[in-house]
Amino acid sequence: MESNIVLQYILSGITQGSIYAIVAIGFNIIYNTTGIINFAQGEFLVLGSMIAISLASFLPLALAVLIACLATTLVGAALELVFIRGLKKWSPVRVVTLFLLIFIIPFRSGLFDGFPFLANMVFCVLIAAPIAAGIEFLFKRFVKSTSNVLRMIIITIGISILMREVMLHVWDEKNRALPFFTGNEVSSIDIFGAMISPQVLWVLGVSAVIVVGLNLFFKFTLIGKAMLACSDNKTAASLCGINVKWMVTLSFMISAGIGALAGCVTSPLTQTQYNMGSTLAIKGFAVAVLGGLGNSTGAVVAGLMLGVLEAFAISIMPNAYIEAISIVILLVILFFKPSGLFGSAEASRLKEF
Amino acid sequence: MLKILNLESGYGKLRVLKGVSLHVSPGEIVTIIGANGAGKSTLLNTISGLIRPMSGEIVFDDKQTGGLGVERIVGLGCTLVPERRQIFNTLSVKDNLVLGGYLRWSKQGAEAKQDLDYIMGLFPILKEREKQLAGTLSGGEQQMLALGRALMTKPKILMMDEPSLGIAPIIVKEIFRSLTKLREGGLTVLLVEQNARASLGIADRGYVIETGNIILEGTSEELLNNQDVQRAYLGKDYERINE
Repeated sequence: MESNIVLQYILSGITQGSIYAIVAIGFNIIYNTTGIINFAQGEFLVLGSMIAISLASFLPLALAVLIACLATTLVGAALELVFIRGLKKWSPVRVVTLFLLIFIIPFRSGLFDGFPFLANMVFCVLIAAPIAAGIEFLFKRFVKSTSNVLRMIIITIGISILMREVMLHVWDEKNRALPFFTGNEVSSIDIFGAMISPQVLWVLGVSAVIVVGLNLFFKFTLIGKAMLACSDNKTAASLCGINVKWMVTLSFMISAGIGALAGCVTSPLTQTQYNMGSTLAIKGFAVAVLGGLGNSTGAVVAGLMLGVLEAFAISIMPNAYIEAISIVILLVILFFKPSGLFGSAEASRLKEF
Repeated sequence: MLKILNLESGYGKLRVLKGVSLHVSPGEIVTIIGANGAGKSTLLNTISGLIRPMSGEIVFDDKQTGGLGVERIVGLGCTLVPERRQIFNTLSVKDNLVLGGYLRWSKQGAEAKQDLDYIMGLFPILKEREKQLAGTLSGGEQQMLALGRALMTKPKILMMDEPSLGIAPIIVKEIFRSLTKLREGGLTVLLVEQNARASLGIADRGYVIETGNIILEGTSEELLNNQDVQRAYLGKDYERINE
């Protein structure tokens, strides 16, 4: 292989790898404060870039990205409040959400189209209301404790499916992309004979800023330390006056926000489709486990490793097998070193997951 | 300062406290002694808000605090040093103390800084090891750290759950000495201990709890001289008592 081609592979691997790393860091932030693996993390990337794409048609790009990140942050908070924190309590917001989701089905499918509009509405309400109330009742009746981590992880899978379907309704199944931040599709920069798009530099730069920023946040701010305290010992954290519930909400907001930002910078390169979140989530999860769950430095190294590995694999393997690499790595790691490459085996023995 | 009336509490359907009443006046050191499983820790956990009471009243500073969240109760000035210390193992000693003052840095930062220095003066070993991870401290040092972290919340009443558990007697002495010193500074203390002799040694009054009920109360002296207490909790020889 010629040296500039090798460099080309490495650079494209690093780009892809830094995306994985950011997804993995999103997993880590929530895992660190709650012990939950949030499988809706990939959907945050998609949601963020979808919102930015829609806004970019009439707003300046920077503003569109900013608003998209803030909006996704709020969605992250809302999802946590309704589905994770509100699990045990009676939640009007959840009932209304359920009601609207169920209401749409007979309404859009035209079940009562022969009737006048008002009667149509009334029939749909009559169907949806008892079903929504029933689901809520079963929820409250059978969900006994909010502390069960495994149950909450399964709920995040549900959230990811819900988000995917809502995004399909809102943005259809077409591939979309944000415009390139600088230059366009064909502009490229020559780095020692390898050609890369300027957007790659954006991806690397933003990833670096996110990683460094998060490190500073957790090391030097009181809120950051409080979040670490929650992951260390929830009881003790609350005895210091830290509101653990809001810290959990905050962790969902931060990882939704950085997910959205990552989705926006990568959108010009990879394009955005409503269903690409789950692939990203699996890759990100593999990277997070490989680097050691909760370890952000590990996530970066593992992300770059997986990215470069996949890039070189393309040259020797059929394309269809590439997706399997991350799964194989995930399985091997889980079998032989479940604490990950950089996680402490001692600490992981004490954890539930 | 703290008044508890007919408190019932427990875990799930299990009722551990079966109608406990007690009071603590400002500036007092009050101790609760009792055997394993008597409900001592349940009592402190309920007062601090970690467990919701089933019925009964908890009045702190003329406010009903039963059923409030832990962080609200800490904010009101009622702090627990939990059993087995529960420090943040993976954070530095200093960060542990800083987080104790979590609610205060934004509004009374200067005062909190003073308290931080005061606590490091009270336990010089914490100053020496401020950069070390708290999990690497010895048991006694961890107990000092847990006490220091609780003091950083600037409590009006400090509750301690088994501070002597698994700690060298000499350090227990030092911690108890610091409690009397803090009381001179106006702190009120509610102390739960299995080591009845040590805790009655520094307390003004005490309660004896057995299977969820208060069976005896009195000044420390009265309790130390009480035959039942001597036999059950002070380990005095049965025959010597009956001499």
